[in-house]
Order: sequence, then C-alpha cells, then structure tokens
Amino acid sequence: MRDSLLSLILVFVPLSLLSVGGGPSILAGIDHAVSARGWMSQRDFIDLFAIARAAPGPGVLLATLVGWKVAGIPGAAVASLALFLPSSLLYYAVARHWSAHRGKLWHSALERGLAPIAAALILAGSLVILRASGTDYTLWAIAAASTAILLWRPKLNPLWVLAAGGIAAMLTGG
Amino acid sequence: MSSDGPISAAADPSGAGKAQVSLPTLIAVFAKIGLMSFGGALSGWMYREIVQRRHWLAEDEFLSGLALGQIMPGANVANLSLFIGQRLRGGSGAIAALGGMLLPPMVLVVVLAALYLRLGDVVWLHRLVGGVAASAIGLTAMVGIRATRRVERRRAPLAVLLVIFIAVGVLRWPMVPVVLCLTPVSLAFAYLALKQRHA
Repeated sequence: MRDSLLSLILVFVPLSLLSVGGGPSILAGIDHAVSARGWMSQRDFIDLFAIARAAPGPGVLLATLVGWKVAGIPGAAVASLALFLPSSLLYYAVARHWSAHRGKLWHSALERGLAPIAAALILAGSLVILRASGTDYTLWAIAAASTAILLWRPKLNPLWVLAAGGIAAMLTGG
Repeated sequence: MSSDGPISAAADPSGAGKAQVSLPTLIAVFAKIGLMSFGGALSGWMYREIVQRRHWLAEDEFLSGLALGQIMPGANVANLSLFIGQRLRGGSGAIAALGGMLLPPMVLVVVLAALYLRLGDVVWLHRLVGGVAASAIGLTAMVGIRATRRVERRRAPLAVLLVIFIAVGVLRWPMVPVVLCLTPVSLAFAYLALKQRHA
C-alpha cells in the first residue's frame, strides 16, 4: 500500500508541474505511467477516462480515479493532492504578482513558447487514448465525428456530444 | 459596504449588498459550479456565475486570471478558482474556491466509477461507456486543434509542436523528459524572436 501511494506521488507530482495547457495535456503522460507500471488494463483505463469526462467537474479527475483504482480511497486522495497541490502552489505564487508584470517581454515569450508544447501534448493525448481504446473502427468514427461537430459548433455543450457518442456506440454495438 | 474592495455593493443587483464574500458562500458557489459543469466547460460556467450574475470580479480581471491559468501548469479551471478565491478572500479564499470546486465532483466521480465497475459485465453499458470515451477523445482532439490554431506560423514553434507530438503521441515516449528537454528550447526561441522584433 505504501509503495503504491509513493508511486502515485512519483507519477503525478511531475505531471502536475508539466501540465501546461491544463488537464488534457497530461493524458499521454498518465496513460504512459498506467501501462508502464501495470496499474490496470487499457480497457479499464479507457472506462475511467470516459467516466471522468462524463461526470461533472474537470476532466483531470481521471487522476483521482487512477489513484482510486490503484490504492482505494487513500489512493484517490493521494493522487488528487499530488496532481493539484504542486501546480496550485506555483500558480498561487505567480498569480499574486501577475498583473504588475503585464505586457513585459518575458511574459509574452512565456505565452508564445508554451503554446506549441500545450497544443502538441493535447493532440498527442487524444491520439494515445484513441489507440488505447482498441481497433473498433465504429468508435474511431464516433471520435472523428465528435471532433468535427465540436469544431463546427464550438458553443455546443459537449455533454450532448458525449451522450450522442454513447448512444451511437450502444446502437451499433454487436 | 466599502467601495475600496474588489466587489462593489452597488453592482449586486440581487440587493444582498454584501461587500465581502463570506467563505461559506464562496465554497457553496464553487461547489455549485463544480457540480453543474457537466461536459467540462467550467470556465464558461465560472464566467456566468462570477462575472455576469454576481459581479464579484470585473470582466478584464477575470480574463487576465483565465489567461494566466492557461499558461501556467495545472488544470485551467483549478487555477482560475484559485485566482478568483484569492482576489476575493486572499489565501483562505483560494483554498475555499478550489476545494469547493473539486471535492464534490471528486466524491461523485469515485462513486460513479465504483458503481460502474460493479456493473461492468453489462454489455450495453460497456458499449455506452465506450462510445462516451470515443466522443471524449473527440473533445480532447478539438481542444488540441484549437490550441494548434493559436500557435504562431513560424518554423521554430511548429517544429517544437511536431517533435513533441511525434515523440509523445506516435512513438509513445514518456512525456516528462520530452517536455523537460523541449520547454527551454521553445521558450528561448520565443524570447529571441520577440527580442528581434522589438530591436
């Protein structure tokens, strides 16, 4: 138990500090840790990913669920703290001085330098999860259709798209 | 009812007239936001609740907090909650807002996962969750595509984007070392490009 709590900390603290671009950017990182450490099957991981996205709250609650699967309630608590505490402390320290530095050169450099990293990580995350979800091409088609609909109608509540995806899979499933 | 705080009583159309937001109120409002925000569009919910409905923050202050939250590591909405809580009630406000926003959905998501695993053998339910996951992948891809559109159309940032995508997404290298190596490179290129333009 102590070992698994420790390994949750070792996985989520670095991811917390590197989650530029927010929760989706560490999907690939979480997936990598889950399979490298043999925490659960890819199928269970995809299920947890779906539950975290469909439930209320930020999608990174996936980390809470991974912790819970690995070490029960203590695991959920430890993984959540390991994910939210380091980035929160850093953000809090910076936010207090943020407005005073608005418009400085390093400020825009930070913004522009981190943008391609965040974009690449989020795209990589969706590719990694897609591959982990298996080779059922109905599901790949649902993923592609959802992307297209959400790009076409950016203000649409994503929950409708998630619900439609679920129903479509249910109706077409063998 | 002083007007020197960030919140002006006159701006509160509900007539509650509180110049200070109490910690329990802060927790309750953020718990509501956390639980109502199905589908992940939390910053939109926060904007509606904090700026439009309650007038706790001015729009440009909210947007500057949102921008910082998007640059810095951490879930954007977690950072935004910290920002709003800090502006309203300092350190304890930040903890109240973040805790209020995260804890109720956290408990709920674990309960849902436990229920699901107990029912895991039901075939149609498994298909349903598989379809939701596929759509959620689409949601992530959409966010990634929109983030890509904001990247500058120059050689260095596009190269960084491509290298990280291939390393982490295609080759499945571990994310941490890849990002640690390329972040300084990307920041240096961005800084030099800006400096050249200003010179």
